[in-house]
Amino acid sequence: MVSFLFKRLLQSVIVMFTVGLIAFSMFRFVGDPINNMVGQDTSEQERIELRERLGLDDPFLVQFGRFALNAVQGDFGMSYKYRVPVSGMIFERMPATLELSFVAAILSLALGIPLGVYTALKRNSFLSKLIMTTSLVGVSLPTFLTGILLILFFGVVLRWLPTFGRGDVVEFSAWSTGFLTVSGLKSLILPSITLALFQMTLIMRLVRAEMLEVLRTDFVKFAKARGLPNRLVNFKHALKNTLVPVITITGLQLGSLIAFAIITESVFQWPGMGLLFIQAIADVDIPIMAAYLVLIAFFFVLINMIVDILYYAVDPRLRADNE
Amino acid sequence: MELLDIKNLQIEFPSRRGTVVAVKGVNLTVRPGEVLGVVGESGAGKSTIGNAVIGLLDPPGHMSGGEVFLKGEKINDLPAEEKRKIRGRRIGMIFQDPLTSLDPLQTIEQQLVETIELHLKLGAKKSRERAVDLLTQVGIPDPEIRIGNYPHQFSGGMRQRVVIALALCAEPEVIIADEPTTALDVSIQAQILELMRKLCREKQVGMLIITHDMGVIAEITDRVAVMYQGNLVEEGTTQKILGDPDHPYTKSLISAVPRPDVRLKRFPMVDYIEKEEDRKMLLDISTHWLGQGREFDKIEGPLISIKDLVMTFITKPAFLKKNQQKFNAVDGVSFDIKQGEVFGVVGESGSGKSTVARMISGLYKPAAGSITFGDTDLTKIGSEKEMDVFRRQMQMIFQDPFSSLNGRMRVMDIVAEPIRFHKLASSNREVETIVMDLLDHVGLGRQAAVRFPHEFSGGQRQRISIARALATRPRFLICDEPTSALDVSIQAQILNLLKDLQEELGLTMLFISHDLPVIRQMCDRVGVMKMGKLVEVAETEALFTNPQAPYTQELLSLMPRLDKLSHEGLDVEKS
Amino acid sequence: MENSVEKSRIARLLDNDVWHSYIRSPVAIISSIVTLIAIFGALFAPFLAPNDPFDMVAIDIMDSSLPPAWQLDGDPRFLLGTDDQGRGILSTIMYGARISLFVGFASVIFSMVVGITLGLISGYVGGRVDAFIMRIADIQLSFPAILIALLLDGVARGIVPKELHEDVTIYVLVFAIGISGWVQYARTVRGSTLVEKNKEYVQAARVIGIRRGTILRRHILPNVMGPVMVIATIHLAIAIITEATLSFLGVGVPPTTPSLGTLIRIGNEYLFSGEWWITIFPGAALVILVLAVNLLGDWLRDALNPKLR
Repeated sequence: MVSFLFKRLLQSVIVMFTVGLIAFSMFRFVGDPINNMVGQDTSEQERIELRERLGLDDPFLVQFGRFALNAVQGDFGMSYKYRVPVSGMIFERMPATLELSFVAAILSLALGIPLGVYTALKRNSFLSKLIMTTSLVGVSLPTFLTGILLILFFGVVLRWLPTFGRGDVVEFSAWSTGFLTVSGLKSLILPSITLALFQMTLIMRLVRAEMLEVLRTDFVKFAKARGLPNRLVNFKHALKNTLVPVITITGLQLGSLIAFAIITESVFQWPGMGLLFIQAIADVDIPIMAAYLVLIAFFFVLINMIVDILYYAVDPRLRADNE
Repeated sequence: MELLDIKNLQIEFPSRRGTVVAVKGVNLTVRPGEVLGVVGESGAGKSTIGNAVIGLLDPPGHMSGGEVFLKGEKINDLPAEEKRKIRGRRIGMIFQDPLTSLDPLQTIEQQLVETIELHLKLGAKKSRERAVDLLTQVGIPDPEIRIGNYPHQFSGGMRQRVVIALALCAEPEVIIADEPTTALDVSIQAQILELMRKLCREKQVGMLIITHDMGVIAEITDRVAVMYQGNLVEEGTTQKILGDPDHPYTKSLISAVPRPDVRLKRFPMVDYIEKEEDRKMLLDISTHWLGQGREFDKIEGPLISIKDLVMTFITKPAFLKKNQQKFNAVDGVSFDIKQGEVFGVVGESGSGKSTVARMISGLYKPAAGSITFGDTDLTKIGSEKEMDVFRRQMQMIFQDPFSSLNGRMRVMDIVAEPIRFHKLASSNREVETIVMDLLDHVGLGRQAAVRFPHEFSGGQRQRISIARALATRPRFLICDEPTSALDVSIQAQILNLLKDLQEELGLTMLFISHDLPVIRQMCDRVGVMKMGKLVEVAETEALFTNPQAPYTQELLSLMPRLDKLSHEGLDVEKS
Repeated sequence: MENSVEKSRIARLLDNDVWHSYIRSPVAIISSIVTLIAIFGALFAPFLAPNDPFDMVAIDIMDSSLPPAWQLDGDPRFLLGTDDQGRGILSTIMYGARISLFVGFASVIFSMVVGITLGLISGYVGGRVDAFIMRIADIQLSFPAILIALLLDGVARGIVPKELHEDVTIYVLVFAIGISGWVQYARTVRGSTLVEKNKEYVQAARVIGIRRGTILRRHILPNVMGPVMVIATIHLAIAIITEATLSFLGVGVPPTTPSLGTLIRIGNEYLFSGEWWITIFPGAALVILVLAVNLLGDWLRDALNPKLR
């Protein structure tokens, strides 16, 4: 167990290192950092001084080391456009994105897994076929279009729900939550559905495919031949075996929610990290882009670690291989 | 009263190419304490019978007629819930592959207790006691400890014992075993069969064994039913069917079984099944393409000589060499193959016999040792070009006819590939003529060239493989289990073909097989391998009549006794 | 004789399981027709479109924001209405689909070539090469395609001089979407290659002496293409969506040559003022196109894998 975790940890460090390298290269080589930091009227002398102060003439590795050291402490420098520390801008917006992603993740898992199991078990029923066809429409609807349609229907036509922003939030020191006010919860409905819909269809189709695969195996047939009732065969033997591959891919999918939030936030003007990122791209505000990249990578690595531990708990074969 | 009575059973599989009738009006009965064997080749419909009895036919297959009685009670038209209660409680089932029959995520205990609780409702403590007791009965050592293990912690043979224990959970009256030992090695097979026979006698259970293997039939059954293309062609006591069959199909089937006890010149024509195309035996080798270009360098002494051959596989890869786990699949093997002889290598799975063949053919690079062809050490050759000279002289026939041909290529291109690569013909037209000739010669006919592999049966595909191997006009042919994926009658045809070609072209052959009777029919000399080492090399007849190494003696003693088999129409070779 | 062989070849082709499943699947037939119409309409937009949305002379600002022809204020010249600049929606959709399909196909081909090549090498060569390629794939897989595309787009904006932006954006887009998609092909091809390379037909070819490159090209490649075609179809749908998303976010193709995504973005600004047609029709066109491609992919997967049904 310890060596397994250690191996995973090492891999995560390598991933973070690589991502850090990419982020640093972006920062260092896309455009001239000095030009981006100072105004047109800055004299040549001031530029050279700034250059020296920032250590931009040091060897590559020294610069990267400094970047990494700062990054680990959450320091990504100043935004080119707003001239304030990037980390502050990002952490200020993080709660909005995380709350949105969290609700969407719960929604897509709570609906996706049961629907996937149902359509696999009753795969020839009319309802299953209807769900499967509808899910294809779901996969074909780009997230932004889902958002627009929801806004049009619930916001413009029916005028039931707010169509932009987070509503009222309650501050707990650094964290601002929309969970505790009515307008905050109402504002959350449309964006979280928009974000969850695509993931839900993916998870559902994945669960269905894996479940069908497991239902074809010999041990399911042997369980039936021993006279076990369908309920036991399906939920004790088949479902548990389905979960092994599903956990991995679902982990990846949930990680991508945070990134997909970019689109949703853009449609609903949700004041999260994604919206900040998309504005940064339009402005070529490299420090924000770099910081966002590193942060997303960090969330991914974190989720992957959790997935690995879960995996380890579910599958005895893995435990044996590492004993 | 009969225990299990199957009356006029009919099973159909509708498909878009029309309905396939897999079983056509079959009648079978099983009595308490009796073992009934159902034997037949692939496509005979035998496997569907077991599934039909327990009501688990894979859709779209269904029972379209007939009745099934269990102790006089009609069970085939019971509602699904009632049928389920019979499964496991009154009829136990054993499947072919023990590696996939158990849920990998549950311990043996969970699976056993779950089944016992369901049927006998003994309560947790008693159920567990019974589970341990069952494991003891099927011969699992330390059952108290092993019961907590997961399936992957058991070997194949042990897992099949667990599967048997699961089938016995609720003291069923009937057990249906579908190819229960096909996935196991011969030594394990003998143990499992003995166990099944013992349990059947002691508990007075009726057993229905479905198999393609005459050895299993001879070992364990009291009565046999022979199936051919969905029909029951003959039924009788095992003694009668094996020793004095009446039906022509049974006769040809039995005559195709390789004898462990005598060596035949050729298998008698087994033409009841797939009529062997008339082979043009009047081939004049001196003028035919196959006979030309055979002026190889003269070689004194053995053609192939391998010395201290070692092959190492990395079982656990690691970045650092010292952390890797290694395993010697072949560990210091040496032998010679004389010109013109058929040298056999026999051993159980994992003995390293196929690895030896793969090293000689150049598929694996040996970790140590030498492979000498004539007087060239093949392991010292550096360039591909130099190696090509020897590749031309050395070809290989593989085990699985379904994966040994590229499904995306026409038979013409498959057989022509070696000719084109080694530039053995001057024009495309000549290549085509040669390929057609070859296909004709292996008994497929010229039309085969324009078709794709999937249009052929397993035996026909193996003929295509042989044609491809012959296409370089080799002098040395490596056969790696060439017939172990084939039905017994097809096996007889292919072995006949190989014998004829060997004689006609004066081929030297390395023949790898796990099947001792086949080895006896094919080889002049034999090497026996065990766990990567060669334990004995001897003339075939000497090995079978007077084995020296203890392991050889053990292997020979585990061979199914087929001495009851009919000798009618056999052409026995006197040594 | 020759003729009969030819005939039976056609007969055999028609007897093919995939073809058989095609002619029995109304969904597959309809979605392939829809896809073909979309491709045809896009390809010949200059000849088929009722008006040219890029001809500044023909565009009249008086025609701006007209509703669809069947509504009260509609104009029969503009079946689906006009946008804020007086361009016919139907025509802009046809021209927009051109861009969307071009980016879709080009990036799919790009990922396919990269992915198949790396997958074949990874699977067949194995060892450190394999480990290296797969680690890169793993790391890249940690980031959703859309994020990679966004980043690349942002980086390109930083590198490319402003005046060249509009000319190169579309190629940047193809590269960004293409490079973010290769992993799936590589993984699938690697997996199939690992299976295929141990099959005996490959070993037979090696025993004959056939060289590595030829084995990969002639033997393994044709046998791993089945699943690749399924991925490619589904990937085409994803690529079109990704392009539309990027353009919607304003980092995709420039508004001067609008794709479907750009049209939806433009229309989105008028959604609240009641001019729904500017955004809904391009949106519907996008969904219908993507849905048709997805349905085709779904069918193809089932047809190539009969046991899944």
